[in-house]
Amino acid sequence: MGSRVEARLEVRKTYKLYIGGAFPRTESGRSYLVSGADGAPLANACRASRKDVRDAVRAARKAFDGWAARTAMNRGQVLYRVAELMEGRREQFIAEVEAAEGLTPIAARAVVDRAIDRWVWYAGWADKIAQVLGSSNPVAAPYFNFTIPEPTGVVGVVAPETSSLLGLVSRLAPPLVTGNVVVLIASERRPLSAITLSEVLATSDVPGGVVNVLTGRKAELVPVLAGHADVDALDTWGVPDEMRTEVETIAAEDIKRLLRRPTKVAEARFDWLDDAATERPEWIAAFLEMKTVWHPIGG
Amino acid sequence: MAAMATDTTSSIVPASDRSPSSWGLGDGRAIPWEYAPAPEARDIVTLKERYGLFIGGRDVPASDGGTFGTLNPATEETLAHVARATPADADRAVRAARRAQTRSWGTLPGRERAKYLFRIARILQERSREFAVLESMDSGKPIKEARDVDVPLAAAHFWYYAGWADKLGYAFPGRVARPLGVAAQIIPWNFPLLMLSWKIAPALAAGNTVVLKPASTTPLSALLFADVCRQADLPPGVVNILTGPGEVGMALVTHPGVDKVAFTGSTEIGKRIAKGVAGTDKALTLELGGKAANIVFDDAPLDQAIEGIVNGIYFNQGEVCCAGSRLLVQESIAETLIDKLKDRLATIRVGDPLDKNTDVGAINSRAQLDKITELVASGVAEGAELYQPACDLPERGFFFRPTLFTNVAQSHRIAREEIFGPVLSVLTFRTPDEAVEKANNTIYGLSAGIWTDKGSRILEMAQRMRAGVVWANTFNRFDPTSPFGGYKESGFGREGGMHGLHAYVRLEDR
Repeated sequence: MGSRVEARLEVRKTYKLYIGGAFPRTESGRSYLVSGADGAPLANACRASRKDVRDAVRAARKAFDGWAARTAMNRGQVLYRVAELMEGRREQFIAEVEAAEGLTPIAARAVVDRAIDRWVWYAGWADKIAQVLGSSNPVAAPYFNFTIPEPTGVVGVVAPETSSLLGLVSRLAPPLVTGNVVVLIASERRPLSAITLSEVLATSDVPGGVVNVLTGRKAELVPVLAGHADVDALDTWGVPDEMRTEVETIAAEDIKRLLRRPTKVAEARFDWLDDAATERPEWIAAFLEMKTVWHPIGG
Repeated sequence: MAAMATDTTSSIVPASDRSPSSWGLGDGRAIPWEYAPAPEARDIVTLKERYGLFIGGRDVPASDGGTFGTLNPATEETLAHVARATPADADRAVRAARRAQTRSWGTLPGRERAKYLFRIARILQERSREFAVLESMDSGKPIKEARDVDVPLAAAHFWYYAGWADKLGYAFPGRVARPLGVAAQIIPWNFPLLMLSWKIAPALAAGNTVVLKPASTTPLSALLFADVCRQADLPPGVVNILTGPGEVGMALVTHPGVDKVAFTGSTEIGKRIAKGVAGTDKALTLELGGKAANIVFDDAPLDQAIEGIVNGIYFNQGEVCCAGSRLLVQESIAETLIDKLKDRLATIRVGDPLDKNTDVGAINSRAQLDKITELVASGVAEGAELYQPACDLPERGFFFRPTLFTNVAQSHRIAREEIFGPVLSVLTFRTPDEAVEKANNTIYGLSAGIWTDKGSRILEMAQRMRAGVVWANTFNRFDPTSPFGGYKESGFGREGGMHGLHAYVRLEDR
């Protein structure tokens, strides 16, 4: 009797959105089929709507003051903890990356390891970036004049299309580490790791609303995000080339800050394993505002 | 006592606003004494009848031979005729800049670039009087300000960035800073020479070459600067200057040979420029409009604050993007402060910009004067209370009285829109939280002022302002080492300081 292996029906996961610390389905009730690199169906993902974008931006804005007000050291520790929890889910991430990106198990393992290490690299910047990018300025007048970086606010991140986890982490961590909050539009074809990562975020100490994740059609969602007046900045790395000019034109309407992929860099061929190319303080600086204060000296 | 002869504001200034205050006249009347005229001699400036474009080190006419006149806004006389550049000229200038970047400037060692910039700083100092008088004549700003602020600061900017040219590695640790290439720079009419220096000095220090377009109402100091470049033996094409209308600016912005666009001006045009570079790899920095709050707490040194408020909004006729155009006063001192402010307004001397006594000169153009007039009318129509001191305005030229609005609501246009004129809107608050909320309740975020005796409050308020520059117990102070630039729709990128270099470099791995 013990020799017969009981065939057990797998409990499948429903992939939902991540908004304000909760996992709602899209208000539109729509979904789309996500397939693996080999064409095999993997799951139904939510096809978010413009209303979901607005809800996500509202949740992000609500979370901004609290997250920005954390001490830098605390924020660094909270983000480091995300890496700790990713480590615990390593096997799940490897399986997802393998299926989504068609990698060998060894290659998938390398990608997941690097994603965790990259998260640690960025988390370490939390309490250092102000010292590297700030300054005290020797003005020719009796004032203590100093410049400090502050987070820009709500950052829209359009995740890379190809690199579903490592690319995603490399774009998500830089704005977060300084106190920005993020509305992320996941890879359209490979969105599942983004949702699994949000499950990690939800169970770490990252407050709800600090990261919000939407899955769906980029052509539908990105223009809405770019045109939302309460989004202060946009990382357009994962914007499809043919949408680029349109999206940047929309974003110009309220002077959004943009972090753009150079036009000569092909999204699909970018090497996310290259540390020198992807561990860049400039990507953090893109979502900072420099504030200069003139404080009087003496009477 | 000629100044007292007419009180043209009596019909619109309510009697309640004319009550005597604790220490001054308080009656809204002009000062009861006269200043002897103290005119600055204008013979130090030799105006040419015609000015060409400055392309590739040469003085050339526009491709179609077109010209336009530039006025002295204080007298409405035409000062000179200036070439009106065409898109073809923009193309010529970009090519000249590219040649210079690849053949001379970009390959020059940093320490050699530095010496050119030091030369420019020195020549600006040597010719400071000439620049100050010309700037005052072409822009309408008081000679006192051109002489003491614009020109010395412009020279100081070149001086400061000169020293960076051979030290870029220290500004970007772990990175190699490379020039972007050719920068298109478009500057406004409020501080023509100073904005030129903010743009050109860091660009050149980092190894870029530039095509600069000054505002069409104030082209002359940029063209005189072309002469400084010649005197400094700057290689041809490193600095190119195109005078002309906005279309020439847009031709530069959209030119495929341009690597970087830097613009200072209105938020409206800033948006058009941002759209102009959409979809390209061009780097962009924007320094746009503002509607700064100047916050006065009840423990502020009041007389000092009055001077700061006046400087904050009436400096350069209020034609300042970071002007303290919204005064937020703590309720308990509002009455006293407003009385004192009205007294102080009566002593402001409005008139001939070339008179060394003048505090408020001419508005830069008829169009700007019309805009100010329209917005002030909207303030009255929306129910705010207008106050203007009695003072005679010159018969010719574009002048506007220093203006103060009380009973202003946050919804009024004069509290929301950038007026870019000598118009102050006064609002009140009770608690610091309310002050923060009102101060940040704007699409802009360029600057803010805080007046209090308490250092810890200064730092807390500074932290809570969503603005790029926060002045405490002072206002409208500038320094080449001090980064300047906005939050929100006031733009992005910084000018001045180490941060100003960032706008002109591409960072590579070491």
